[in-house]
Amino acid sequence: MNKLTQGVVLLLFGGAILRASVTDLYLRYVKEGLRPFLIATGVLLVTAAVMTIWYSFRESASSSPDDHGHEHHGPGVGWLLILPVLGLLLVAPPALGSYAANQAGSVVAEPVGGSDYPPLPAGDPVELGLVDYASRSLFDAGQSLAGRELSLTGFITVAPDGSPMLARMVLSCCAADGRPIKIGLDGRAPIDVPADTWVRVTGVHTGRTSKDPVNNVDVAYFDVRTWQEVAEPKQPYA
Amino acid sequence: MPPPQLDTRPPATRTERRVGSLEILAGLLVLLVVFRGPLSDLVSGPALSTWTTVFVSVLVQAAPFLAFGVALSAVIAVFVPRSFWARALPSHPALAVPTAGLAGVVLPGCECGSVPIAGSLIRRGVTPAAALAFLLAAPAINPIVLTATVVAFPGRPEMAVARGLASLVVAVLIGWLWLRLGKTEWIKLPHRPELDTLPQWQAFWAACRHDVLHAGGFLVIGAAAAATINVVVPEAWLTSLAANAVLSVLALAVLAVLLSICSEADAFVAASLSQFSLTSRLVFLVVGPMVDLKLISMQTGVFGSRFASRFAPATFVMAVAVGTIFGVVLL
Repeated sequence: MNKLTQGVVLLLFGGAILRASVTDLYLRYVKEGLRPFLIATGVLLVTAAVMTIWYSFRESASSSPDDHGHEHHGPGVGWLLILPVLGLLLVAPPALGSYAANQAGSVVAEPVGGSDYPPLPAGDPVELGLVDYASRSLFDAGQSLAGRELSLTGFITVAPDGSPMLARMVLSCCAADGRPIKIGLDGRAPIDVPADTWVRVTGVHTGRTSKDPVNNVDVAYFDVRTWQEVAEPKQPYA
Repeated sequence: MPPPQLDTRPPATRTERRVGSLEILAGLLVLLVVFRGPLSDLVSGPALSTWTTVFVSVLVQAAPFLAFGVALSAVIAVFVPRSFWARALPSHPALAVPTAGLAGVVLPGCECGSVPIAGSLIRRGVTPAAALAFLLAAPAINPIVLTATVVAFPGRPEMAVARGLASLVVAVLIGWLWLRLGKTEWIKLPHRPELDTLPQWQAFWAACRHDVLHAGGFLVIGAAAAATINVVVPEAWLTSLAANAVLSVLALAVLAVLLSICSEADAFVAASLSQFSLTSRLVFLVVGPMVDLKLISMQTGVFGSRFASRFAPATFVMAVAVGTIFGVVLL
């Protein structure tokens, strides 16, 4: 790999990072807070690439042919940087979905500071996060949920017994540590869409629970009254 | 300037190398764009698609840490005179070892950057024991890596503290061990003219370019391995290893060597191995920046094979032992 090639590879890598961070593509892989650092990284890499290409043109314009034999060859392992470029520019893999959700056990919804749950915000139905719902349902016996119409958004994943569940991936840092939060679906409205379809379900709390077969964690259930297909949200992770 | 002019430059003796890396790259990119459709279909299966997502996300998450580590280490490699390090260290070797280890704090970068720097320290007359303590400590205890560790383990700052302390202790112990048992003839440094002959800014960008390609390339390998383990290894199997305290420490120590992830990114992988105990994940973080496949190969390249074949196993044992002790006491 000569200097000019190294410069082009750097340009592609920096450009791919830059493109992912100025569009919303990066939200499929990392958390929102990383964005300014990703943009700065892209700018730095592109600058390094431009300088490399500039120097290599200047060198080849000024050096005698004999000097070419001493041209520094960069690390061959650098070729591999083509792979993330390919991944980001050409393939752009989707956010983690039902496959990842089925492979890993549901996160343990932690009780929020003892048993005191703040009352639900206003709204009818109330929009609630899956982790919040599971936490209120499992650790507060659903007391703060009683008597309210609720609405949850997530993708459909199929439990080992064939019944559909509502899930969303929870990131602590990037998609590599993504773990699912799963909610069982009860009620009379049958959800017959394929896995990975995003839906918004509306209904009420139910006291039913079960165990996630993967890691034996309690799973809360939701009593679905109505549901509708929705587009994947801009921020796919919980 | 039209590029074809460049092709006329190489003289007749270089005709066999007419197909250069740039042409290969161009051909590769054309093929990738042409076969974009089939390629996307290829990775549309759920397992492979998850693999790709995890692979890309490890790289995207690690990229800022890699870039800033490389930029800062290029600043120090180019704008801080190397003679400064020799002046700054105490002349007594036993004292120089911990000083050099602590100096790692101000030299941010991942392990790929510190191997050549340790080589040039030795070349500049620093005692090898001190340079080796620096080599081991710098990738693990610098602010960028410790910040990454704090970010990767939200609400558990003690993880970063334990990582910094344990890594420093391992580095100093290995340095002192070298003073007692090491032989200078094991180290064989190759000739490296490079950066010193260039104007400063050109040297800076050259260091950046080289380190991004080198460290970034090895990061790609690490991300691919991490994604493979993430997708292929069933959680139940990992959980069965994770349940045993001794096995989990050994398993993650070996995993750290095999994955060869840059120290700027390894905390995020450790965070994702959430079935494992914090102690075993600490061992993962202590071993990783000191011994792994890419480091062993780099050390063989910079210091020679007689050195690497002794240094890597000794460091591995020391890192596992010290990491376990710190994990049991602090976490």
